[in-house]
Amino acid sequence: MKRLLALVLTMVLSPSVMARDSFQICWSIYVGWMPWAYADQQGIVDKWAKKYGIEIDVVQINDYVESINQYTAGQFDACTMTNMDALTIPAAGGVDSTALIVGDYSNGNDGIVLKGTSNLADIKGQSVNLVELSVSHYLLARALETVGMSEADVQVVNTSDADMVAVYSTDDVSAVVTWNPLLSEIAAMPDSHVVYDSASTPGEIIDMLVINTETLAEYPALGKALVGAWYETMALMSGNDAAAVEARTFLGEASGTDLEGYEAQLASTQMFYTPAEALALTESKVVLETMEKVAEFSFDHGLLGDGAPDAGFIGIETPAGTFGSSANVKLRFDPTYMKMAAEGQL
Amino acid sequence: MERWINKRPSRAVSGMLGLIPLIILLLLYMAGSEARLAENPADKLLPSFEQFSQAIERMAFEPSKRTGEYLFWVDTQSSLIRLGLGVGIASLLGLVVGVLTGALPVVRALFNPLLTVVSLIPPLAILPILFIVLGLGELSKVVLITIGVMPFIARDIQRRTQEIPSEQIIKAQTLGANTSQILLRIILPQIMPRLIDATRLSLGAAWLFLIAAEAIVSTDGLGYRIFLVRRYLAMDVILPYVAWITLLAFLSDWVLAKISYLCFPWDRLDGAER
Repeated sequence: MKRLLALVLTMVLSPSVMARDSFQICWSIYVGWMPWAYADQQGIVDKWAKKYGIEIDVVQINDYVESINQYTAGQFDACTMTNMDALTIPAAGGVDSTALIVGDYSNGNDGIVLKGTSNLADIKGQSVNLVELSVSHYLLARALETVGMSEADVQVVNTSDADMVAVYSTDDVSAVVTWNPLLSEIAAMPDSHVVYDSASTPGEIIDMLVINTETLAEYPALGKALVGAWYETMALMSGNDAAAVEARTFLGEASGTDLEGYEAQLASTQMFYTPAEALALTESKVVLETMEKVAEFSFDHGLLGDGAPDAGFIGIETPAGTFGSSANVKLRFDPTYMKMAAEGQL
Repeated sequence: MERWINKRPSRAVSGMLGLIPLIILLLLYMAGSEARLAENPADKLLPSFEQFSQAIERMAFEPSKRTGEYLFWVDTQSSLIRLGLGVGIASLLGLVVGVLTGALPVVRALFNPLLTVVSLIPPLAILPILFIVLGLGELSKVVLITIGVMPFIARDIQRRTQEIPSEQIIKAQTLGANTSQILLRIILPQIMPRLIDATRLSLGAAWLFLIAAEAIVSTDGLGYRIFLVRRYLAMDVILPYVAWITLLAFLSDWVLAKISYLCFPWDRLDGAER
């Protein structure tokens, strides 16, 4: 009886093991991931999927963390997320994941805002409102290091990103860490100063498309189609011709702002419009060093699970070397497909 | 001929029948968890019971590495204080408003439209206003629970007050009772058990508002913890917390029922246990 149940549930709850030709990827609203909306809308994804004889369904999920959880649970084959969340959610959950496309890094899109002072050191002793355990939390830890403080010097208050702007306008709140578009809205309020932002830690908060490593190994066509579609979209939306402006207008509107608002967000995002730029970061030592810092932060906050004896428990493989346990590699930065795109082999 | 509609299970059979769906659910869960863990030992979606007990041990019986507190109990304490204050204030206000608007037509004419409007406002939608007016501390969370459940209790009490037979009110007046005597000696004793009933029914909504408030801005609480660890899909912590909330909700309901039974014996004069 129990075995029968187990069999039925395996079939229902786990991704199918049979050969298949249709795949699902998910994304959520963020400046660096909006191009998926355009690629989907304009049929670019379909075109590339057809070229490789598969079907790809692109799904938008309104809740960022929920989208990663769904991917981790096996409902989606690939999902957009940051480097830190890729380590702490799917990789720590035992789902071997690969960064297929390194899309951009935050270059001022995440920041710390203080009321009434423009000196980061004044944060000492204050309550800091942020989404706990997110990249904001990581950025705060990095910022505090630069002024010789640690998290023990402040009181972190978990605050939902949806309510960050409303919360900031109360008198109780004097310090927040958040991301765009909330960041620019908060920084524009009276007597508010961005005292530290991700431009000071270039290349550390990376936005990527993460794919299940096993699925990728079994169906390289999926990787090729996704990378092909992405860089075609990138080529379309960069530049200053009419088509590019039209694409950016569409993306602005789809993310709830307009062309100007979207371009302002792009200004604080280091987009990699060509595979060559993405490769330059992926293959550099920066990614390896960043992931080491991220892994240590995650371990300190218990994000790698109780079974983790140290920060290197989960191996992270990058072209420049592997951090942590090479026997337990769960997160890989794989330049293979971006290289194919750079060499025009897709 | 024996018909299904006439079949009654004995007490023992009845208890066992009630367990069957629960056991089936439990077995389904265990099989699903086992299947997922066999495929990926680090899977977090459906943890095993062993992982649950480890998580409970860590949260409830070991001091936190970062703060030295027993997180589970700290969370429980802060949540229960917020819930108790919110529901307590809501019941008290609901009682006063309900009895006065139910018994005194002038007060009813004055406040009824306001009460109706207030009861129709979705409290979560005005949360940002609460934060700005009341700050981010405990007060705004307690107030959210209070305005979330108070109108329901007040309107229920108002209706129950109006249902008290007018013969009783007239009889009291022929015996020389004035308004305040009627309120305190005739209406209040009959309304108190109804207040407990209304409070019991509103507990579910109160938990909902509590968890919503804690999810938005907080440093502790059961809802805070669930939304925090959801960030890394720690179902081994979330599911025991959900079970604990269910148990607490059940216990608070049971305690209220017991209070009603012990404190208001006149409510069961007709022999029916409510």
